[in-house]
Amino acid sequence: MQLILESLFNGLAIGSVLLIAALGLAIVFGLMGVINLAHGELMMLGAYSTYVTQLIFKLPALKPFYNSYIIVSLLVAFLVSSIVGILLEKSIIRRLYGNPLETLLATWGVSLILQQFVRSVPLAYGSGFIITVFTGLIVPLIIPEHLISNKSKRYIKSGIWSISVLIGILTANYLSTTISKLGRASARNVDVTAPAWMRGGIDILGITFPVTRLVIIVITIIAVISVTVFLNRSVWGMRIRAVTQNRSMSECLGISSEKVDILTFGIGSGLAGIAGVAVSLLGSVGPNVGSSYIVGCFMVVVLGGVGNLLGTIIASFSIGIMTDLIGAGRLLTIWPEMPSSLASTVNFFATTSMARVLIFALIVAFLQFRPAGLFPQKGRMVEG
Amino acid sequence: MNIDTKRDPRISFFIWVVIIALIIATPSLLPVFRLNLLGRYLSLAIVALGVDLIWGFTGLLSLGQGVFFALGGYSAAMYLQLNSSGSFPNGIPEFFGLYGVQKLPFFWEPFKSPIFALIAIWAIPALVAGCLGFLVFRNRIKGVYFSILTQASLLVFFNLFNGQQRLINGTNGLKTDVTELFGQMVGSDSIQRLFFWITAILVLLSWFFTKWIIRGRFGDILIGIRDDEARVRFAGYNPTIFKTIVFSIAGGLAGISGALYTIQSGIVSPQFMTVPFSIEMVIWVAVGGRGTLLGAILGAVFINYAKSLVSEALPASWMFIQGGLFILVVTALPEGVLGWLQSDRPKNLLIRLGISKPIRTYPSLEAKGKDEVNS
Repeated sequence: MQLILESLFNGLAIGSVLLIAALGLAIVFGLMGVINLAHGELMMLGAYSTYVTQLIFKLPALKPFYNSYIIVSLLVAFLVSSIVGILLEKSIIRRLYGNPLETLLATWGVSLILQQFVRSVPLAYGSGFIITVFTGLIVPLIIPEHLISNKSKRYIKSGIWSISVLIGILTANYLSTTISKLGRASARNVDVTAPAWMRGGIDILGITFPVTRLVIIVITIIAVISVTVFLNRSVWGMRIRAVTQNRSMSECLGISSEKVDILTFGIGSGLAGIAGVAVSLLGSVGPNVGSSYIVGCFMVVVLGGVGNLLGTIIASFSIGIMTDLIGAGRLLTIWPEMPSSLASTVNFFATTSMARVLIFALIVAFLQFRPAGLFPQKGRMVEG
Repeated sequence: MNIDTKRDPRISFFIWVVIIALIIATPSLLPVFRLNLLGRYLSLAIVALGVDLIWGFTGLLSLGQGVFFALGGYSAAMYLQLNSSGSFPNGIPEFFGLYGVQKLPFFWEPFKSPIFALIAIWAIPALVAGCLGFLVFRNRIKGVYFSILTQASLLVFFNLFNGQQRLINGTNGLKTDVTELFGQMVGSDSIQRLFFWITAILVLLSWFFTKWIIRGRFGDILIGIRDDEARVRFAGYNPTIFKTIVFSIAGGLAGISGALYTIQSGIVSPQFMTVPFSIEMVIWVAVGGRGTLLGAILGAVFINYAKSLVSEALPASWMFIQGGLFILVVTALPEGVLGWLQSDRPKNLLIRLGISKPIRTYPSLEAKGKDEVNS
């Protein structure tokens, strides 16, 4: 019993990392049909913004609040990733709607640039850039509308942007002088140290659950619930669903599909940032941290069925539990008197990498019966 | 070569004379290091031809060609290892001793025969590609799903080879440059020169082969599948079979390419199956000109040469250049450099970049005109 519980928990833990990483991808892919290979790099940016937030919270002024930095970093990571995602959408992906393969290649190019950017530009300047874009985008939304809409619109806009650039440069300078770690570019991995309350574990029924894992599970649950509520209950969620179902009809009814695209992509990218926070708690953070997750995320989306959150959830947890069962060799401990021929096969696959091999084979086998995943989209088309 | 369809035979004769003279003369013109690099890049042109065949003509974007590339490389390396392991304990390759393996694993046995190895180099990758392709295409999995599945299979094969130290030396890979062939070290200058010639000839042969495939009705069906698969099916053809065959051909080409590359770079390792390398193959074709076979060859050779030159001068900047190249090609030059030169000429670049406005006439008619492909 205890063994099964432990296995279940480990599976849940692996699955929740997969789920939070795949959630943003599922939204962008499912709702917009866009394959975003830079998703892993958006996760990486989220992980790095956790690192920067942590360093800022080590400054004397913020030291008393150090224990709560993880909550702030969730917000920061969401904003950073969604800003980069929105820039990406506005500059590149917009030109490529309807060409999924081309989008795939272009976003791969973006991911290369982002990786190299993190390697060769000091984090302080990166933060300055993000802050510039953030203020430049957010201030026009805050100041009263009648100020922007009159004749001097152009001057006000350029004024806002120059002020944001100034703020960005000042922040970059401040960060690079006060925190020396942010002032230098480095390709080395960095470590995010969890606050004291997240170390150690909680004992339930004689099993120790690591707190970091529990926190990740909680973050995942909150993210899934808020995304579901947003899509199903809010006005913008309804618009997103409308554009997904029939873009031209929605446009005819007065929905700005351009805004919907930006919003969808922004949320998807922001979720990647949150996944980055989760990933940063699990291991060290480097420029390649995202690319190791991306293929797993795609497998979750394919297995779950496109455009279906429930499918994504079930797929990620089942992959997580399978990985744990096969990879940690738990099948043998659960069923010790297995026939020896079967046991040697199980042993052969009892490493994390070999478990991946077997799971992929199982997914391909599964797709033979259900080509469109667990929950296929219903519709009447020539091609399924 | 395809800029004009009708050309004076004397000119093409002249071009061929120049090409053959270059192939014969290059080994004595270039220093061995550069020659070796050129030979490697030429062998990459073969895998690029395969990618062009499946992506440019059939519309299947495979991100997993590295699997077949590496399988070909491993086949060649296994033969070379066995061929020169007579003096080691138990008569098996040296690395087995490190892991205490006494007996040759069963799948190594057939590689003792050179004929089997020569066939295996292209047949094993083609077979694996055929099986994988059939399972995927049978379910009408296509478009991005196909790309994702191929990428996942790449990761799977990487893990499979990377983890098996005792069977194929895992992450260290198999070295070939210290093995023997025809009584000489494979890494020696004379053998490398020989392999340069073999590579050059095989590039030409694969080019003719792919051209031959594209020219006939088979090629027409492939292009039909790319442009509208449903119509091809309604016309009575079964796209699954054609896709499987063409994917398997591309796999075979990748295998040949991998074997040549392995011999000239001196080692085969699971690094051939990393995700970036397989996507790079696609970008060679994309830059050179997808749907133009010559573009694939030129793209593979020139981009790799540029890569080595840029990496020597400014190591950090290649990633930026490569990423920028991806974005530029996809947004501004979707048919690649050669395709662009052949089709609508440089003036439309301004329109592509959004600097000047396109003239809109009848979009639906224009879209049809675009699909013409020159091979």
